Amino acid sequence: MTTRIFGSGIKRREDPRLITGQTRYTDDFQLPGMVYMVVVRSPHAHARITSIDISAAKASPGVVAVFTGQDVPLPGVPCAWLVPGSDLKTPAHPVLAKDTVRYVGDGVAIVIATNRYLAQDAADLVQVSYDVLPAVVNPEDATKDGAPLVHDDVPNNIAFRWVASSGDEGVDNAFNEAAASGVVVQERIVQQRLLPTAMEPRSAVAQWDQFAEELTVYSTSQNPHIARFILSALTGVPEHKLRVIAPEVGGGFGSKIPVYPDEALTAWASMKLGVPVKWTETRSENYQVTIHGRDHIEYVEMAATNEGKITGIRGKVYAGMGAYLSTAAPGIPTILHGLMYSGAYTIPNIRCESIGVMTNTAPVDAYRGAGRPEATFLVERLVDRLAAKLNMDPVELRRKNLIPPFENGHNVAIGLTYDSGNYEGALNKLLSIVDYDGFRREQAAARQQGRLLGIGVTTYSEICGLGPSQVAGAVGFQGGLWESAIVRVSPAGKVQAMIGASPHGQGEETTFAQIISDELGFPVEDIEIVHGDTDRTPMGWGSYGSRTTPVSGAALVLAARKVKEKARAMAAHLLEASVDDIDYADGKFMVRGSPDKFKTIQDATLMATLAWNLPAGMDPGMEASQFYDPPNFAYPFGAHAAIVEIDPETGTVALQRYVAVDDCGPQINPMIVEGQIHGGIVQGVGQALCEGVVYDENGQLLTGTMMDYAMPRADMFPTFELDSTVTPSPHHPIGVKGIGETGTIASTPTIYNAVMDALRPLGIEQIEMPLTAPRVWKAIQDARAKGGA
Amino acid sequence: MRPPSFSYQRLSSVAEAVQMLSSTDNAKVLAGGHSLIPALNQRLSQPGTIIDIGRLNELNGVSVTGSSKLMIGALTPHAVVAASNNVRRYCSALATACGQVGDPQVRNWGTLGGNLAHADPASDPPTVVLAAGGKLHTMGPNGERMIDAADFFQGLFTTALQPDEILTAVEIPIVADRKSAYAKLAHPASRYAVVGVAVFLNTENGSCTNASVAVGGATAKPTRSAAAEQALVGTALEDAALDAAAAALTNEIQGDAVGDIYAPSEYRAAMAGAMLKKAVRAAMV
Amino acid sequence: MKVTVTVNGKRYERDIDPRMLLVHFLREELGLTGTNIGCDTSQCGACTVHLDGKSLKSCTCLAAQADGREVTTIEGLAQGDQLHPMQQAFWEKHGLQCGYCTPGMIMATTAFLKTNPHPTEEEIRHALEGNMCRCTGYQNIVAAVKTASERM
Repeated sequence: MTTRIFGSGIKRREDPRLITGQTRYTDDFQLPGMVYMVVVRSPHAHARITSIDISAAKASPGVVAVFTGQDVPLPGVPCAWLVPGSDLKTPAHPVLAKDTVRYVGDGVAIVIATNRYLAQDAADLVQVSYDVLPAVVNPEDATKDGAPLVHDDVPNNIAFRWVASSGDEGVDNAFNEAAASGVVVQERIVQQRLLPTAMEPRSAVAQWDQFAEELTVYSTSQNPHIARFILSALTGVPEHKLRVIAPEVGGGFGSKIPVYPDEALTAWASMKLGVPVKWTETRSENYQVTIHGRDHIEYVEMAATNEGKITGIRGKVYAGMGAYLSTAAPGIPTILHGLMYSGAYTIPNIRCESIGVMTNTAPVDAYRGAGRPEATFLVERLVDRLAAKLNMDPVELRRKNLIPPFENGHNVAIGLTYDSGNYEGALNKLLSIVDYDGFRREQAAARQQGRLLGIGVTTYSEICGLGPSQVAGAVGFQGGLWESAIVRVSPAGKVQAMIGASPHGQGEETTFAQIISDELGFPVEDIEIVHGDTDRTPMGWGSYGSRTTPVSGAALVLAARKVKEKARAMAAHLLEASVDDIDYADGKFMVRGSPDKFKTIQDATLMATLAWNLPAGMDPGMEASQFYDPPNFAYPFGAHAAIVEIDPETGTVALQRYVAVDDCGPQINPMIVEGQIHGGIVQGVGQALCEGVVYDENGQLLTGTMMDYAMPRADMFPTFELDSTVTPSPHHPIGVKGIGETGTIASTPTIYNAVMDALRPLGIEQIEMPLTAPRVWKAIQDARAKGGA
Repeated sequence: MRPPSFSYQRLSSVAEAVQMLSSTDNAKVLAGGHSLIPALNQRLSQPGTIIDIGRLNELNGVSVTGSSKLMIGALTPHAVVAASNNVRRYCSALATACGQVGDPQVRNWGTLGGNLAHADPASDPPTVVLAAGGKLHTMGPNGERMIDAADFFQGLFTTALQPDEILTAVEIPIVADRKSAYAKLAHPASRYAVVGVAVFLNTENGSCTNASVAVGGATAKPTRSAAAEQALVGTALEDAALDAAAAALTNEIQGDAVGDIYAPSEYRAAMAGAMLKKAVRAAMV
Repeated sequence: MKVTVTVNGKRYERDIDPRMLLVHFLREELGLTGTNIGCDTSQCGACTVHLDGKSLKSCTCLAAQADGREVTTIEGLAQGDQLHPMQQAFWEKHGLQCGYCTPGMIMATTAFLKTNPHPTEEEIRHALEGNMCRCTGYQNIVAAVKTASERM
């Protein structure tokens, strides 16, 4: 009996190269003859370009070339999520602005020089004259008559208007009834803009081989195959002559999904100049031009009976899109947001209207959780508001409305079928770890002393593992969402598994090896997971939306099982037994009843590869390929709690405890699962407590560096208390769900509700995020002025 | 992260550095570099020449002269000031403040003199040096000068230091039985002080006989608060007295308090009072 | 200008532009790309190295300032195949995910343990003030430093 490697928290195989500095991120590549590109960017949020003088820049030392929008013949960067039924406008997104700039950071020229210092010197000498135009930054204001137009062909700046509804009549009735004889709670929620801040800034290195007419692009991408697809369309280099390599990638969180003008320009410049070109953004540039997340202004309300039974939820969302529609942008506040309004609850009537709005700001796209944190926040917020209004305990109110446990499909009113869930199970586990009743007693005593102590509890379900391609098509995603894998066993019995997805920190080189080891019995050391290179891996749609393990992992399992069946057939042939009489355990194929008569998978592989004596109809080799299109999304869930104390004198929020119980089905590597949850929680807490982009009314970015944008730091946090439940996904070959985003999805409302709970004696109901000390302090001052406790 | 072009000179004596500084246009002095290099990286500063005085070891170190003066060389790194037994003993507020500049890496290499000469209004050490009644020693083409901290800090990034002068040392008077503390509310991103308050106190038989209070971060330059000092002197530093002093401080700086996207001026003024109370309590422990 | 810097025990002489930052000197002149760059305002700590044994953000130092001095980078921490206890602890405690902040984290915390060999959890969290991580939520980084401190 061997220890099962599946489910074991083995050390990561990625780490030795990372902890010794012996790996290569994109900017680490130095190619012979390489030159450096710097993008000259607009300092104005909205302006007409009246002239560009590049003569001084061209004469600057070390300069190889300077190009403006007039010189670069590339078509615009496409938007790839064309949400149907929304009257979507897709304004042109040129790689360099030719006549109008639309946000601070919009590119107007590129400078290429022999090193980055010299390139920057020359970039500073590019003289651009602008006629400054009025700008608009607030997505709600931008839709009003008379607001400046970001694009002439997008009236009222409305790029799309999308509605999802369980039935408008039913929704209206639910709210009318609740208004007459039940309760309705409302809130205007500002989901502030966030900066994804992957620690590695974006970078691209392009190398054009003019003899082979082949283009290689090293790129900080979460999805090299999509990058190849789009770069091919932009540069005209056919896909089979275009290789995209995502080497080591230092985090993404959604910001490395899109293809931006910068990567396309780097590729074009290499083709134009015939030398390798490198472009790497600075952090300030990253904050200006790499996508931002969230940016919603929401009007949301919830209807319920006086007994606390939720009867309806509806929302109208102004979703800022920024100056151009980024790759997946329209799908985020619509499909990935509006369809999640049921949360973990039975809600019979649901409606979401999302209005995508162009503003003179950086493009907004998928940031960790992408649409689902916003949905979970508003649902959880409204549940707590409802509890307060009904004077019920918020946990009790949740219990009354949670969807009962289900193992194989549950339809919610908005039209999704959740795969499996046991929300009450997670909640019960959470409450016992927290000692909820004990805390409430402690809180009552603390309130007697004037202390502001609070707890927030969230129960959530999310949607991940994107997703069936048929659904992708139905919702306008301009791609499929399947994955593929090849499992190849070498004659000597080592395994190479090639996947189309592209992990960048999530540890699949380890967990996927554990999957194969579990399926085929090879030791983990003998298994290599190949990813991140379009020339070495089969097509796949990439790593985002917590889909790598649920989708790519499923492809891998099924490919491994094909290998296993071939090996079984080969072993049966060698053992002169019927395939049906062969048992498998721990990498050995045994004749049933005679366990000493066996062939190892290595034996079977060698003989299948030599092919001297194959069973009839068997092809040589030991390799299998598998495409996998999931039949449904995966729906991880859980319950989180936070306890905070607020210093009334300064408004500082101190996080005392954070407890999370999550369910992602069976855990391949619990250590890695916990790591994902840790990071997710901190990003969500960041939104609740410290992070937030600020533009001034002219569209100047005031949080343009790490000096101004507050990233969470180690000293903000206690040690988290994590636990889990295990509810397998019924449709996945090994039952697993994604875990990359749950922490972010659950933690923002958990913290927010904890702070509001702490402030409840003062009668404070709402403070705009982030809940910084000055904002909390102000709310306390105002409440006291109004006569709060 | 792409500094502009400049020429670079490393000098081996203060005299040489002063000579170089007075004979070079558009020159900047580089000590630890932790104020200047970030500015170069953003191209906010574009000096023609950088004069590196970082290795003038005679400017590095803490000493006590007689029993009346604590002398801290301008090139003493923050971490060394923070850990110095003499600083802790005679001016613990300065040890606290230097222990809160930036982060450990910054404190290892950033220098007290560089920090003071840069005069960032949200920096920690200037507030303490002002409250302590410190004096700044400089060397220029016309010789040495000694400038009261009260005269040295003139405004936003502006000091009494002449373009051809180098800050050589900070002198803190040693006052018998004087206690001090520094309390800070840090900006969550930059770690600079949203508000920092330094207090220096003497007490006799439980009553405050002398108080010096300075606030930084809240105003364009570190500022002494006569109102807070008056409110403390003569009291037993009990809660009511601290509340009164805090209110006096808040009231006094209200008109001059600065606001930004993180903290409005109203908050800074109020927090000056809150930090004053915290600092007095810390000093009296 | 000419500079001579000893990096990971090896002496390097190079003719450089005076404005070259130490981090670019390490990465581009010496090809030691283990030291990463994560910001441009001396905040993130990804570029942390040791200069004469003390932690330094190498984006906030001119290569010229390192002339005649000793630098240790992440590449110089292990003794042959023997990982430094901090590296080992980061590995065992899952103190990294994408790995980009990791060299800076390891260099900062190895220097920290020299000044405080047996820190509390709170002291460790405070010592990480100059280093940012977006993946791990710092939880396992703190655990790794604690583990390393118990072994060293």
